[in-house]
Amino acid sequence: EVDLEERLCELDLRSDSDVPDVSPPTDSTPEILKRALSGLSARWKNWWIRGILTLAMISGFFLIIYLGSFMLMLLVLSIQVKCYHEIITIGYRVYHSYDLPWFRSLSWYFLLCVNYFFYGETVADYFATFVQRREQLQFLIRYHRFISFTLYLTGFCMFVLSLVKKHYRLQFYMFAWTHVTLLITVTQSHLVIQNLFEGMIWFLVPISSVICNDITAYIFGFFFGRTPLIKLSPKKTWEGFIGGFFSTVVFGFIFSYFLAQHQYFVCPVEYNSETNRFVTECEPSELFQMKKYCVPPLLQDVFGWETVNMYPFQMHSFALSTFASLIGPFGGFFASGFKRAFKIKDFADTIPGHGGIMDRFDCQYLMATFVHVYITSFIRGPNPSKLLKQLLILQPEQQLSVYKTLKSHLVEKGILQPSLRG
Amino acid sequence: HWQELESENRLDGETASDSESRSEFGGSSTVQTSDDTPEVLNRALSNLSSRWKNWWVRGILTLAMITFFFIIIYLGPMVLMTIVMCVQIKCFHEIITIGYNVYHSYDLPWFRTLSWYFLLCVNYFFYGETVTDYFFTLVQREEPLRILSKYHRFISFTLYLTGFCMFVLSLVKKHYRLQFYMFGWTHVTLLIVVTQSHLIIHNLFEGMIWFIVPISCVICNDIMAYMFGFFFGRTPLIKLSPKKTWEGFIGGFFSTVLFGWLLSYVMSGYRCFTCPVEFNNDTNSFTVDCEPSELFQLQEYNIPLVLQSVVGWKTVRMYPFQIHSIALSTFASLIGPFGGFFASGFKRAFKIKDFANTIPGHGGIMDRFDCQYLMATFVNVYIASFIRGPNPSKLIQQFLTLRPDQQLHIFNTLKAHLVDRGILGSLEDA
Repeated sequence: EVDLEERLCELDLRSDSDVPDVSPPTDSTPEILKRALSGLSARWKNWWIRGILTLAMISGFFLIIYLGSFMLMLLVLSIQVKCYHEIITIGYRVYHSYDLPWFRSLSWYFLLCVNYFFYGETVADYFATFVQRREQLQFLIRYHRFISFTLYLTGFCMFVLSLVKKHYRLQFYMFAWTHVTLLITVTQSHLVIQNLFEGMIWFLVPISSVICNDITAYIFGFFFGRTPLIKLSPKKTWEGFIGGFFSTVVFGFIFSYFLAQHQYFVCPVEYNSETNRFVTECEPSELFQMKKYCVPPLLQDVFGWETVNMYPFQMHSFALSTFASLIGPFGGFFASGFKRAFKIKDFADTIPGHGGIMDRFDCQYLMATFVHVYITSFIRGPNPSKLLKQLLILQPEQQLSVYKTLKSHLVEKGILQPSLRG
Repeated sequence: HWQELESENRLDGETASDSESRSEFGGSSTVQTSDDTPEVLNRALSNLSSRWKNWWVRGILTLAMITFFFIIIYLGPMVLMTIVMCVQIKCFHEIITIGYNVYHSYDLPWFRTLSWYFLLCVNYFFYGETVTDYFFTLVQREEPLRILSKYHRFISFTLYLTGFCMFVLSLVKKHYRLQFYMFGWTHVTLLIVVTQSHLIIHNLFEGMIWFIVPISCVICNDIMAYMFGFFFGRTPLIKLSPKKTWEGFIGGFFSTVLFGWLLSYVMSGYRCFTCPVEFNNDTNSFTVDCEPSELFQLQEYNIPLVLQSVVGWKTVRMYPFQIHSIALSTFASLIGPFGGFFASGFKRAFKIKDFANTIPGHGGIMDRFDCQYLMATFVNVYIASFIRGPNPSKLIQQFLTLRPDQQLHIFNTLKAHLVDRGILGSLEDA
């Protein structure tokens, strides 16, 4: 055992080529597909498998959207758990650390803690009325941070107590690996859910833009690809990159136009405590009301129109699709570099022809964070109900002083008439 | 060199298992530390035997550090914030240097620049959030600051993303694994070092007592556990740190609780320690002046019957804060040491003796602060959960960014709530 750790530590110092490959995952293509395609040559067979699976995934996606917000949340949670599992399994294989004492339990425990923390924060905000009615939930919400911290600390102390003499370095590696994975997969899946609550359009348009960019960049590269883009991913070409960019922007523009018309996509998801369901019904905000825009003189000759009716949201969709095509791929390059660093071909073999779930979602992560930051910076202000809840927790003197400040501000802005009593 | 040999020689209070640790360090040591003791001390103590010399060096430096701590407390919040910032940067530098040494990756392209860049980004993000909260009026006055604060998250995210893209572009064919290791190392270090130093600053703003009492409890626990271990130590506590003993642990626990109690009593009497730090816009300086909250007003408590016979009093006057100090010192003595064990495990995992050699006899800055980190997070969570509610000025600031109809709705709800509670007379125009 000493030899194993010593050997691994020495391997750390050598360059990549000296490190042995991690054994490739087994082929998990379903038998049906194999038999159906047994006639074709290997290259077309792969192309067909990829194509069929792509269509299957996209249909699955539409189905879940139809089923509603709650199913979407469950889907996001399952994907998060699966991605986490895939990355942790890679860590085990890289470090041959499957037998480390406690470590598997501890990894899952930390996943549970961090999820508990994030879901607690979300639940408290969005299910405020539901929570107010139940006593036990009240207690959990009020001391939520303390409880989460205690849970995490327990895991931390268990880790320290589980340190075994000859395995220190491996255990620290796995600890760090777990935490970085949590940082990447869990925080971003929660950002995805927060985007979802803002309105399903904020969930659908970014994800579709990334998928569209993947597919159109591939197609442009297939037909016109010549100049390699980056050494990390030899398959990518500049023609694919630029073609993908323009197609994604157009796609985002058109797709937003269609989605912006339906309340189901545009309204923030709310939880109705009477019917105990999620509802998406509201007065569409300004972003989703048609407006007349003047076409700039340059484009007037091209299009022949002087004004055009668009939703303001379509302007935002430019920003989203631009990010998806220009910066999103960096998430993919990061994952490619990671796979090369640890000599693995795919993250796992869950989806035949595509690899693991993480392989499909590597570009999505940066996108989710960007959309969340975009929304909080440019679209919505703070959540009014959360603000109200915090105001009601303040001490009476603080509430009074806040009330006075607010009143003077509202009077100043003319929102409140000073003479009226209300 | 004699200093290295001698500093491996633990002092009394250790158990036999420390010989194991010595042989581990005798082997492949990643970092060679050199003797940093100033010449003056070296000459003054040249007569004593090497064991006592080490004890004296440690003792003198301990006193020097404690004195320094008092001086900066005296100098005020601004200096304290600056010191916390410097400690943070030094700890980050120490841990990153260890990473470089472990992976021989000092020559990786871009990596040193990227590590410092990420440190800058994360600090910018956190300081921006703090500055926006506490210096609200100042920020609103200056136009550039207002824009920076309004789009703060977006700007920080863009800065971070630039670093991320630079990392991806800097990946070099034969060094992928090392580069990913250093990337992971940097991020975990940022998570530990930077977030917690900002939590310390939040605690400081809550009132200097929330900064001083936890830190002093951890220091006291260190020293007391050492003393008890020195005189009574027999049963080893944990294999990771052979120096620690159960006697030291338990003795340290009781002394720290007592010390925390007494220190809180003394400090709660002074406004400069108990009042939240505020930034005065007119004088452009920090002020600590306020009406002390309930926590810091003497109250009569009934002594439980059990203790009445022991102590002989029926009631006692104390500050409610002293009850909280028991929670703080209990955490400092029971859970704080886990931070130290974690750091010991880390040092053994990477075969280093100390994080660095900045403080003679003690090691690096990180060696002194390893127990403090868990403490800072605990105090912050404790304050947020049990002591204060949300920050009113932050709420006002968020309110002002809402739409007018939302503002009106909240205002009316608040008014109804205040009228309901009788805080606001319904006919009063306030």
